[in-house]
Amino acid sequence: MTELEKTPVRRAPRRERGGWASGFLGAVVEAWDELRIHKTRVLLSLIGVGVAVCALTSVVGIGAIAQQAQIEQLERGSGRPATLVLSPPYNPETGQQGDPAIMAEAAATVVERYAIGYAGSTQWMQLSAQFRDGVSLVDAQAVDVDYGVMHRVQVGQGRWFVDRDELRLAPAIVVSDQFWQRLGSPDLRTHPTIQLLGEDPVTAVVVGVLPVQPFDLSLRAYILNSAYASLATPEQIAQAWPQYEFWVPPDMATELTDLIRRDVAAACGEGWQVDVNRQDYLAWEGGEDPTASIRMVLAGIAVLILILGALGLVNISLVTVRQRIREIGIRRSFGATAPRVFFAVMMESVVATVVAGVAGVVVAVAIVQNPVVRDFVAFGLTDVPPFPVEAALLGLGAATAVGALAGLLPALVAVRVKVIDAIRY
Amino acid sequence: MSLLTLEAVTRSVALPDGARLDILKGIDLTVEVGDHVSIVGRSGSGKSTLLNILGLLDSPTSGRILVDDEPVERFSSRQRDRKRGRDIGFIFQQFNLLPGRTALENAMTPLLYASGRQFFSRASIAAEMLERVGLGHRMSSMPDKLSGGEQQRVAIARALVRGPRLILADEPTGALDIETGASVMELLDDVAEQSGAALITITHDANVAALARRHFRLDRGVLAPVDVNRALAMSESADRALALPSGESA
Ligand SMILES: Nc1ncnc2c1ncn2[C@@H]1O[C@H](COP(=O)(O)OP(=O)(O)OP(=O)(O)O)[C@@H](O)[C@H]1O
Ligand SMILES: [Mg+2]
Repeated sequence: MTELEKTPVRRAPRRERGGWASGFLGAVVEAWDELRIHKTRVLLSLIGVGVAVCALTSVVGIGAIAQQAQIEQLERGSGRPATLVLSPPYNPETGQQGDPAIMAEAAATVVERYAIGYAGSTQWMQLSAQFRDGVSLVDAQAVDVDYGVMHRVQVGQGRWFVDRDELRLAPAIVVSDQFWQRLGSPDLRTHPTIQLLGEDPVTAVVVGVLPVQPFDLSLRAYILNSAYASLATPEQIAQAWPQYEFWVPPDMATELTDLIRRDVAAACGEGWQVDVNRQDYLAWEGGEDPTASIRMVLAGIAVLILILGALGLVNISLVTVRQRIREIGIRRSFGATAPRVFFAVMMESVVATVVAGVAGVVVAVAIVQNPVVRDFVAFGLTDVPPFPVEAALLGLGAATAVGALAGLLPALVAVRVKVIDAIRY
Repeated sequence: MSLLTLEAVTRSVALPDGARLDILKGIDLTVEVGDHVSIVGRSGSGKSTLLNILGLLDSPTSGRILVDDEPVERFSSRQRDRKRGRDIGFIFQQFNLLPGRTALENAMTPLLYASGRQFFSRASIAAEMLERVGLGHRMSSMPDKLSGGEQQRVAIARALVRGPRLILADEPTGALDIETGASVMELLDDVAEQSGAALITITHDANVAALARRHFRLDRGVLAPVDVNRALAMSESADRALALPSGESA
């Protein structure tokens, strides 16, 4: 009984002041108790918010993954930011095309001078391949080893080219899934081979198979430039139209574009037109993110769901706060100040929606990280992004904001409760 | 210095038809620390209205209230709430326990609005108080599983956990049978005595009123002291209800 006063001492009229920590904690404790006691109604009202937060977080999370998938797709086609492409020099007066040898040398000089880490030439051609059931034309692309990194090439089985492959007598090839099936789906560990017809027919070894692409029935193959050089006929070499790609830091892209153009033009001599262009996806539309519009739409839908959830919550909290007027009166008679009652009722909504938000985010993470969902959204992602933290934070932030907004109205009702009316019987 | 002083306090309300109802008409009352006061009066005489004013839940229409010789109107409503929480404990006729909360949680409620040690060790303070009112074995019971006497004892524990200097009991035995009421009253009297808190009891029951040291009667909004011996004599003849002096009409 130490708290109780036994002697009639005069108390100095002191300023009434409550500890901030106990005031805040007390309101949270009170709110939590309130929620615990009304589990069912709270649970019901929170399903909406939880589902909305889950939807919002999933949409943002899946959006991020879909964006990554789209970026990878774009990068496979046109290279990672920033990819500069040097097209073969062209003489507008004679209509002639530049000498590939001069171009190769100029490109090598450029790579060395500007310390470009990844570069290579690429050209398209058709190869005749001798399958067991006959000869077929194959759409082939001659590339350098670096191409795999620069275009984020992904193989379904086997591997991409390595430097060692340049030295092989039997050239290595990476083929499409359809190509591999045509070979009879051999195990790559048995080093399956195929005859490529040309100047001198060679036997190529399949080292890698591209991932299955839906509806892709084409026979495609990658071959190293060095291997193609020994395979190609003189006519083919004469008609080759190789272009060089340089993967450079995006912030230096503009500068390097001009430097490479200048250097190669100098190497070619007077009268030649040299084109160097940036071709990766960020070069389009002034570097705008092409997935932005999709994400805007998805986020809009999620916000709509959230608003609906919040309205449901406001509705239920308003109804229940009216049922609790007596209880609020009792609390007031035991020293709860009006701001405290306001805060506690508000905290009820916030605590509840934060709990719902955490649940929603957890479910969203489970959904987004689910391999089935991942494969559906973005099949064959190489750089699988972790669950986007900003999506989780956004979900929690939205839950808290919704709780505060939904708690505002009932808190205003609660604070207007007249104590004497509330406890009159 | 007095704990609580009422100076010419009146309270009137406007009725829906525009008329004015004067519930309290010039109440003067001084309550000292450790005082034990009883107020009796017929239904509708304004007892609860007076108690609400004493408990700083309601403000007088005119007149002054002083707490520790300090006029209450100087306090902000927030300061008044804090003062009420710290210095006043309420006990209601209908117990007014919070439904769905255990006896312990109910007894803890006022400590949620305290700070420091009272806040952080609220569970042990409340448990200790429940032990003192003899409910140590019912701490986790819900109010609807407790008898009326037990509920009122929980309410007494709740009123006392913050160590108030004034306990206001509005017909604390009104919902209890005579024996239970007597034992609850004895307990209340006891703990109030031990803690040195002043106790103001509103009651219909002369036996309950007899426990007090000073006795008042509220009649049509006027508070007058009552001769104890006369009241007791009357209580003997009228047993339970405090009889009205003859000539008094409704
Ligand atoms: N806000 C109000 N508006 C109108 N009339 C009121 C109001 N408050 C109290 N009254 C009236 O004032 C009178 C006194 O009320 P009060 O509750 O104080 O009586 P009481 O003495 O406590 O009665 P009981 O013993 O029945 O509890 C009653 O007639 C009541 O109807
Ligand atoms: Mg009353």
